[in-house]
Parts: sequence; structure tokens; C-alpha cells
Amino acid sequence: MKRFKMGGVHPKENKLSAGKQIVEATLPKQVVIPLVQSLGAPGQSVVAVGDVVKVGQLIVKAGGFVSANIHSSVSGKISAIGTTIDASGYNVPAVFIEVEGDEWLKTIDRTNDLKRECNLSSEEIIKTITDAGIVGMGGATFPTHVKLSPPPGKKADVLIINAVECEPYLTCDHQLMLEKPLEILVGVTILMKAAKVTKAYIGIENNKKDAIELLKQTARSFTGIEIVPLRVQYPQGGEKQLIDAVIGRQIPSGALPVEVGAVVQNVATAFAVYEAIQKHKPLIDRVITITGKSIKSHGNYRVRLGTPMNSVVEQVGGIPEDTGKIISGGPMMGKALKTLEVPVVKGTSGILFIPTFAATRKNMQNCIRCAKCVVDCPMGLEPFLLMSQGERSMWTEMEKDRVMDCIECGICSYTCPSNRPLLDYIRLGKTTVGKIIRNRQAKK
Amino acid sequence: MNIVFVSVFILGLWGALSALVLYFTSKKFNFPTNPLIAEVEAVLPAVNCGGCGQASCHGFAVACVKSNSLHNMVCTVGGKSIMEDVASILGKTANPVIPTVAVVRCGGSCELRPHINQFGGASSCAVVHNLYGGETGCSWGCIGLGDCVEPCKFDAIKINPETLLPEISDNKCTSCNACVTACPKGIIELRNLGEPAHKIYVNCVAKDSGVADSCAVACNGCEKCVEVCEDKAINMIGQLVYIDSTFCTLCGKCVSVCPTNAIVEKK
Repeated sequence: MKRFKMGGVHPKENKLSAGKQIVEATLPKQVVIPLVQSLGAPGQSVVAVGDVVKVGQLIVKAGGFVSANIHSSVSGKISAIGTTIDASGYNVPAVFIEVEGDEWLKTIDRTNDLKRECNLSSEEIIKTITDAGIVGMGGATFPTHVKLSPPPGKKADVLIINAVECEPYLTCDHQLMLEKPLEILVGVTILMKAAKVTKAYIGIENNKKDAIELLKQTARSFTGIEIVPLRVQYPQGGEKQLIDAVIGRQIPSGALPVEVGAVVQNVATAFAVYEAIQKHKPLIDRVITITGKSIKSHGNYRVRLGTPMNSVVEQVGGIPEDTGKIISGGPMMGKALKTLEVPVVKGTSGILFIPTFAATRKNMQNCIRCAKCVVDCPMGLEPFLLMSQGERSMWTEMEKDRVMDCIECGICSYTCPSNRPLLDYIRLGKTTVGKIIRNRQAKK
Repeated sequence: MNIVFVSVFILGLWGALSALVLYFTSKKFNFPTNPLIAEVEAVLPAVNCGGCGQASCHGFAVACVKSNSLHNMVCTVGGKSIMEDVASILGKTANPVIPTVAVVRCGGSCELRPHINQFGGASSCAVVHNLYGGETGCSWGCIGLGDCVEPCKFDAIKINPETLLPEISDNKCTSCNACVTACPKGIIELRNLGEPAHKIYVNCVAKDSGVADSCAVACNGCEKCVEVCEDKAINMIGQLVYIDSTFCTLCGKCVSVCPTNAIVEKK
């Protein structure tokens, strides 16, 4: 069975909410929609306080090509345009909407009927995806239309669907595949048409055997789609790792996947594309996993974007008493939250409750040069070296040692027997070196 | 005995030859340096703090000798007296030196700005700033892990273990700017020593009035101080008040009117 070749670990899977039906979360009283929900330029709000909006109405216009539209996920009145706290604990501009009823735009098809035919051209599909504000739903929130429009001179020949879900605990993509296999495959066909490729692979890790079987059966009636079971290994869901695992091509340092002729899209993105093209529904909700060892009813919930997390958590019986850390996303790459007032955004894949004993970091000790971080690094970096460079602000050396290639998977910190905060310093290095590189390019 | 004379002769010849080679190479590759540089360098404090903008005291001496006037050339450590010495050596006129001092503009101690979460990772302000909003509810204020303490060569800045805020001793601070550049939040600022800028200032950098919920001494942008100021020295910059020291007459009305004690007066 295939897997990516360099590094990687296999943490305990803990997929507690596997097989739990996706439940529609109840509407909150108020939603908070941050103006920045994707990578790239911040958007511009096109509504004013007091405006009445419907579900699916555009409220934030993209601020450039690498940026995405944001639509209202509820119907109601805009009560304020202010700031809210985001998952990183900083304040970001946001639109507040008081929920009144649940009135959708008439153009959106809310039935569950499957629509397989799509007669739009590639350009029209990309235009609709742009308008619908779809971004990569795996967590990195890179706008989908940008990935589908390769830079001039480059051409993709294969589409890879990321259904790996290698993060422990998370099951939202798994459950989506079990419940909406046909819709996902139609979405994949549409994405193939948009990217002008004839071959698509869906990479799924072998711990989701039921999803592999189901998709294999369903895919028989589609042309050009192949399901690739993969051996479980974190971080197989990383773009570069997935391309290596599925088609065995390696992306050069600093290059985009299209360099080797591949476009990678998340499976939840494929579903969102299906809804946008066939049902005219912009990206207004997503499936998230709420889980943790001591939570009462963990499961998968379809949540409207902008719902404050505490409103969702109330529905699963509140915060468990022994909680030491609440994480937005998975345990490896997710962000620890300061407060549960943070709204669910396009990139939120789950809310994870970690008990206190597991959440406390152990005391840091000296590096014993065991090279575990070097062996396990999926990008072939030397994390121990990068950390000591970060501690000493050696940014030039860090750039030479390819700090910008780091995918922040967190394996180095996870695997270190001396509990050294390797990723903390590598992240700092990435930010600083990134700034230096941007300044250098601006000068040219 | 013969061996002694032979050895002395050979070594002596070798020494003489080497001396000749050295003499001619030093003549050939002679690089004339201005003797003034060494003279200026001898006056400078030799701490290589970088406060003047040069990498070292030697660099500053070279820059002083090379430039036509001493305009904008200030040794922050030495201050007025050293710059006058330098000027007299070089026969130029020294700039009037306004002594400055570093000021920490955050009053959020542990009691006034309670911690709402714990960070167990790397003990560095830069890392925390890069990662998330910090252990308190305020994402603008001091993190308190001491990135400013380490670069200080004059032992002028210390973290108070009770408040977890840095405290600067005014007599030790040479305003070399090291802590200002080290602070990722941009809290520390150089202010004119002894002038209104130093004596009465806004002790907060939060550009967001929502911070008032999480910090008792945050500027909440109520503008009471703007109304009460008769000298029109207080302006609003965004949601934060700023005292313009050129107009401030140190009347202290703003200090007493501030509901959150965000404006402080140093004695």
C-alpha cells in the first residue's frame, strides 16, 4: 500500500466520533462573521449596520485575486460591524448578524436531489466557485479558484482529492464521504472539468475502510476517478506528502504542486463545489467534529459559518469539567483557543477538548542530539538546528536551511524526547524570514 | 663552541631577512588611518551598544571623523559631555543632545490584567506574539517573558516578579534602543527625559477599546482627558489617546480625570 516516503509518525488515532451521523446544529442567536477567513488579502464589507440579509447573500467582497467572498450564513439584521477574537487570540474585524428566522435566497436549491449533469465551461465553473467564496476546507483556507487557475505556462494533468484526514480525532471528512459519496464524486467531476484534467485520484487512508469501499463502488459509474487507499501515516494530508504518496512526484523546494502537474483539493471542498455549481449555494456552512475523551456526545455537526463555538458546544453538553485545553482543529496542527467566543470559520475542522493532564507541556530539557526530529521530519529539515538558530535570531542561516519549506505539521515537537518547543521557534523563523523575503522582493 | 656561533649566525640572518621583508611589505601595503579616529574612540564609552546606529564604538568614531558635521551624531550612552569632547577633538560643533529614556507603556500587572490561560511553550515574547494573543485578555500589552531584559547591556531593565512587567531604572538607561527593537509588541518607546513626555504619558498601547473588559488600566477611549485638557495637548489616534509633549504643561488634570488610571504621572 502506498504512503509518502520521507519521515512521518503514526500517533494514536482516537477517532472517537467515527460513524456518527452528521447532525444539523441549531441556529445561534447571533453569528459573527470575520472579514478574513482565507489566506490572502482581507475582504471589504458590502453591508451596513441595520441591513437585513438573507442566507446566501454576499456580505464581504474579496479584496483581490488571492482572497475569497464571504456570504451570510443566516437571515437577520446586521447589528454591528466591529471586531471579534479569532482562533489565534487576536482581534479581527467582523460583521455581527442577529438571527431572525431562516430565510434563504430564492436562487438556492435546498432539495436533496442529486444533479449529475453540468454543462458549464471551465471558465464558468471557476467564475461560480470564485463567486461562492469557496476555499480549501482542510484548514489552510487557500482560495479554490486560485488553485484551479494555474500560472501561465503551467498545466496540470492530474487532480488529487485529499480525503486522507490524517489528524487524530477528526472524522468530519470521513462522515461526509459516507453520507454524500455521489455528491462528492460529482464535485470531483466538476473540479476535473475546471482544472482541464482527465484523471482524478482520491487518496484515503486505510483506517477508513468503509469509505474506501463505498467510494470505490460509487466511482464505477464515473469516468477517470480512481480511489487510492493509503497506509496510515501523519502528515499524509499535507499537499506535498499526498502528491508523493499518490503519484510519486516530488515538488521542488519553494514550488507549487502545479509544477509537477498536480492540483490538490480537499474532499469537503469537492462537496462545497458540488453545492455551489449544482445547487447555487455559496459556502455558508461546514461539517465540524466535536470530540474529546471526556465530552458527553461527541459527533459531527453541520454548523453555519460564524456560529460562536460556545453555542455549538452547548449542544453537546457544555465543556467537560477536566478540560485543560480546547483546540480548534486537530491535535497536531490545531490552535489552542483562548476563549470559546471564537466563531466557526471556513477553515475550522473541529473542536477538541483535551483533559488537563494531557494538555500540560512537560519541562524542556537539553537537546540530546538523538535526531528523532530529523528522521521524522516529512520535509527533510533539521528541526533541532532551526530551533537553535531561531533562539539566536539567525534568520539568514534559517533561510539557507530551508525554514520556509516547513509545513508546521508539529512532528518535531511531538516526537522530541526532551520536550523542546521546536515548532514554536521554527514558526517564529518562518514569520520573520517570510517578512525578510517579502521586503527583498518589494525592493526589486 | 662552533655550533653556537653557527646557530646564532643562521638565526640572526633569518631574523634580519624577515625584518627586511616586513619593512618593505609594511611600506608597500601601508594603509594610512586618520589618527583622529583612535583619539575619538578613546573618548567613547566602548560598550558597543549600537544606540548611535553604528555597529560599534569604532564604527561611530569613523563616522564622526568622516562626516562634515556632527549633525544627528549622538552617543546616547555618553550624552552631552562625551559629544562635546568628540567635537573639541574634531574641531566641529556638537549637536544639542536631548537626553532620552526608555519607557514601558503598559500597566497591566497580574492583578489588573488577570491571566486567562497558560502558555507552556518556549519562554520568549517573540514566540508568543507570533503564535497567539497571549496569556491575558489583552493582545496588545506586555507578555512579560523578558525579551527586553536580555539585550540590555546596562542592567537597566528588569521584570518585576510581582507585576510581571518590565521596570526601567532611569539612571541606568542609556536609551540605546536595544529593548525597543527587541519588544515584539512595540510597547517600549524612547521619550525625552525629564520633559512632559516622560513625566505624564498614556500607559497603554491598546488600539482597541474592547480591551477595557480584560484590563483595569487600559485606555478605553472615553475622551474625558481630551475634554479636560486646556492646552489641547491630547489627541485621539484611533481609539487611543496620545499626549503631545510640546503642548503639555504638566497640569495633571488628565491624570485625575482618567477613569481607568491609564494616564500616569511620574514624580
